[in-house]
Amino acid sequence: MKDTLNVLHKFNAHPDSRCWYVAWNPTGTLLASCGGDRTIRIWAREGDSWECRFLLPEGHQRTVRKVAWSPCGRYLASASFDATTCIWGKKGDDFECLTVLEGHENEVKCVAWAPSGSLLATCSRDKSVWVWEVDEEDEYECVSVVNAHTQDVKHVIWHPTQELLASASYDNTVRLYREEDDDWVCKATLEGHAATVWSLAFDPSGQRLASCSDDRTVKIWKESHSASEEDGAGTSSDLHWKCICTLSGFHSRAIYDVSWCQQTGALATACGDDGVRVFKEDTNSGPHQTIFSLSVHMPKAHSQDVNCVAWNPKEAGVLASCSDDGTIVIWRYQSDT
Amino acid sequence: MEIVSSLVSFTVLKLFPFSRASEHKNALSTKKMEEKALEVYDVIRTIRDPEKPNTLEELDVVSEKCVEVQDLGDEEYLIIIKFSPTVPHCSLATLIGLCLQVKLQRCLPFKHKLEIYISEGTHSTEEDINKQINDKERVAAAMENPNLREIVEQCVTEPDD
Repeated sequence: MKDTLNVLHKFNAHPDSRCWYVAWNPTGTLLASCGGDRTIRIWAREGDSWECRFLLPEGHQRTVRKVAWSPCGRYLASASFDATTCIWGKKGDDFECLTVLEGHENEVKCVAWAPSGSLLATCSRDKSVWVWEVDEEDEYECVSVVNAHTQDVKHVIWHPTQELLASASYDNTVRLYREEDDDWVCKATLEGHAATVWSLAFDPSGQRLASCSDDRTVKIWKESHSASEEDGAGTSSDLHWKCICTLSGFHSRAIYDVSWCQQTGALATACGDDGVRVFKEDTNSGPHQTIFSLSVHMPKAHSQDVNCVAWNPKEAGVLASCSDDGTIVIWRYQSDT
Repeated sequence: MEIVSSLVSFTVLKLFPFSRASEHKNALSTKKMEEKALEVYDVIRTIRDPEKPNTLEELDVVSEKCVEVQDLGDEEYLIIIKFSPTVPHCSLATLIGLCLQVKLQRCLPFKHKLEIYISEGTHSTEEDINKQINDKERVAAAMENPNLREIVEQCVTEPDD
């Protein structure tokens, strides 16, 4: 039997504009989308179709690049080219903008909540990564500004269980951060990509990190404990992550996003060649060698660049993708193994 | 004599029917790509220089030769443009790149992917500029900047509009 990827639904989410990003809420029942039309929409399945349940009132003056749900599912954060990050919450029957986080000099490219829900990270073309603390009264305070990258920072994500932050940049590197003496500090620089690193994803256990790039490859990195003991260089608190696998030759243009399914371990990519691909780990992949093979390739998943892929956090094999063509597609992935 | 030569060509055709057919197909496809390249060139040649009253064609920033088109299949094409900025001034080269992006996005009637580069050796910070003008996120953000947008609009608007 062959692995398959079938369209469940397709809808025009941001007509006459591009859809930059989609994010599932923690229970996998709502899908938030944002785009070049400066809007944020929240979609829900109603019978056989997907309906726009909420159209968030005008909060941003420019493109909304990314959205992220808080781990409790009650808040949505949005990062915009207007240099602000908005925190939205449900008030009665509607979403309202509760807080506007200002401080970045220019376009905010990404926002991410830590698993505890008490920390938030943002990044920008101004080359910085900001860490914000959320207190019990829902007040946000910037606790750290880290200037580790030398260029535009494209993406930030948190480790699924630890307070470890990762960022990807136009400077071709990935950096990892930890808190040290009340400040957030860069603890590792992952070098290997030959062009902009667009996005990142941790595997379900958090032991491995996938990065995707304009160089048309996906790299998988893993913490190497032995290295820190052996080389003795740097301080003992430095992290050592090594590239253990490179997926090259599969994508014909830039890879804009990567998503690691928390349930099946399948890895999906969004590519500038309009395709969506799913990779799965070989059964003879082990601690000494990591092998991923292409499971499914959907060449014309969208009619333009695919910007984002997101596995549903609860329903195994359900994948959402969105594109410059303004549409969102909900897919079902089935694997024979 | 005529019979002999026609016999020869018959044999050649019999021996190499596939190569003849594929040559013919290649020639057809090359011709089609050249036509597409001209179509692209026609869109970009009238773009005005951000600093001078002339068009990019008049200033030799672009020429017919600088456009290459490849077939991606299913009526989709890859367009590669290599332009030569007149002065080694970064922001200006980036601006020309932006104008090329915007005008092609608006005016080209066929589906395409676009790559824009500075001709080799025409600029001191070639790689930096190439990276910036091909980063679609940076291009999208630049087009939301009112000042940049106004300059680009002036450059890409057709004189007879």
